Parts: sequence; structure tokens; C-alpha cells
Amino acid sequence: MNVGDSHEHVMIEKVDRAMFVRYAGASGDFNPIHWNDEFAKSAGYPGVFAQGMFTAGVLATFLTNWVGEENVRRFRTRFVGQVWPDEQITCHATVTSVGEGSAEVALVVENEKGEKKIDGDATVALS
Amino acid sequence: MSEARPIEWSIERGKIWEFARACLNESAAYFSPDAVAPPTFPRTLSFWAPRGGGEQRGRSGFDLRRVLHGEQEFEYVRPLRSGDVLTAESHVKETYEKEGKRGGTMQFVITETVFSDQAGEIVAYSRSTTIQTGKAATS
Repeated sequence: MNVGDSHEHVMIEKVDRAMFVRYAGASGDFNPIHWNDEFAKSAGYPGVFAQGMFTAGVLATFLTNWVGEENVRRFRTRFVGQVWPDEQITCHATVTSVGEGSAEVALVVENEKGEKKIDGDATVALS
Repeated sequence: MSEARPIEWSIERGKIWEFARACLNESAAYFSPDAVAPPTFPRTLSFWAPRGGGEQRGRSGFDLRRVLHGEQEFEYVRPLRSGDVLTAESHVKETYEKEGKRGGTMQFVITETVFSDQAGEIVAYSRSTTIQTGKAATS
């Protein structure tokens, strides 16, 4: 791994609300704002949106597919925008520094319009 | 601030598999008997812990309509695996208010959870920023 190395992948061609339901079951995050349109509208939103941790989990999948399941030492995500049904979701990673035994990676999740959803970074062990 | 009662948390193979698939992960690494937990898996503890406990500390009165997850960080001393029985201790690190463009007056709660293994060694940290907004915050 070298500074400037980058990787990107379309992780979701079209976001489907069934993904939020499945993530709710797997994680235990059953806030109805993620699966009940009426509830989401009553809160002032146009409809349901993804759990931030669903999108973070998909970003983690993208990262571990690239660096290996056992090599993530730190993983940070800042949630800057909601993910809505029907969006296309792309993940990006760029190596920002390489030290002894580990590297720092900058992470971004965005939709097909380039609207940012997550700003993140990670420390990965170099095996 | 006072410490919460520690929570015992078993890392289970089936939950790892289910969680990995929900994160659109098809890797066989999550299906082996000593499956490693995906990087964001410890977040599930916050919904498993008794109401008002664990990472829910400091936000028990929050309105689900106005809660946003601001930031989340996980740090690993070693990967977590199926079969680990961890002890999780959560505490509120900081609370503050800020005026936001997206959602009016926002209340921030920062919690940290420390995970220790059967040998008493710290194996992971989870740090979470939860926000309660004054109104819906659409991007």
C-alpha cells in the first residue's frame, strides 16, 4: 500500500427499503423512522431513510473486501447526509499515510450525484 | 459522571453472519466457526443492552423523531471473534448544545464503551456521538 493508492466501488445499484428492514433485524435498531413512511413524515422527513450504521456497515464491507476482514484497527464515520431509497451508493478509499505496520485510509460514501453521505477514515494493519 | 453497570456480551456466530449479510457482505470469513466480527458489529450492543443502559446512557429521554447519529468510531486492539464473551462498560464522556443550520438547537451526547475479554484485557473501544435536533434535519 502506498500513499495515494485509491479504490472505489458501486456498493448499491439502487437502495431498497428492504435493506433497512434487514439491517434493523440484524442490528436491533428498530427506530420506525427507517421503515415506516408515516412515522418518518410525522418527523418532518419526506419518507424513510437508512440507518446511518447500515451505510457505515456497507462502507466497512467495502473496506474489508479491499484490506481483509482481520486488518481493520480503527474505523470512524461521520454522518453528513441521509441515504434515501432508490439512490446509487458508491464508496471511495484513499491511502493518506503509511507507517510501520499500518496505513491510514480516508473514506467517502456518496450517491450518483456526488452528494456526500459519510466522511470517514480508518487505520488498517499491513500484513 | 457515574459508571454504568458492566454488560456481558457474547459474540455469536449466527449474529455475525446475519449482520454481515445485512451489510451486503458475502465473505466466507463471516461464516467460519471462529468468524471475525465485522468492523461496525459492536454497535449492535447499544440496542441489545437493557433500556437506558450501555450506549443509551445520556439519551434515554430522546425523541426517536429527532435523533440523529452524528459520528461513530471503533478502535480494535485485536479482532473480535465468535466465542468471545466480552464485558462492555459505557460512560457518557461529554454533553453539549450547538446551534445547527440543518436542525435548529442540537443536543450532543458523546458516549464511549470499552470492551474487555475473558482475560480482562481491553480488546476494543466504541465512541458514539448522538444528536437530538430541534426539528427534522434533512440534507
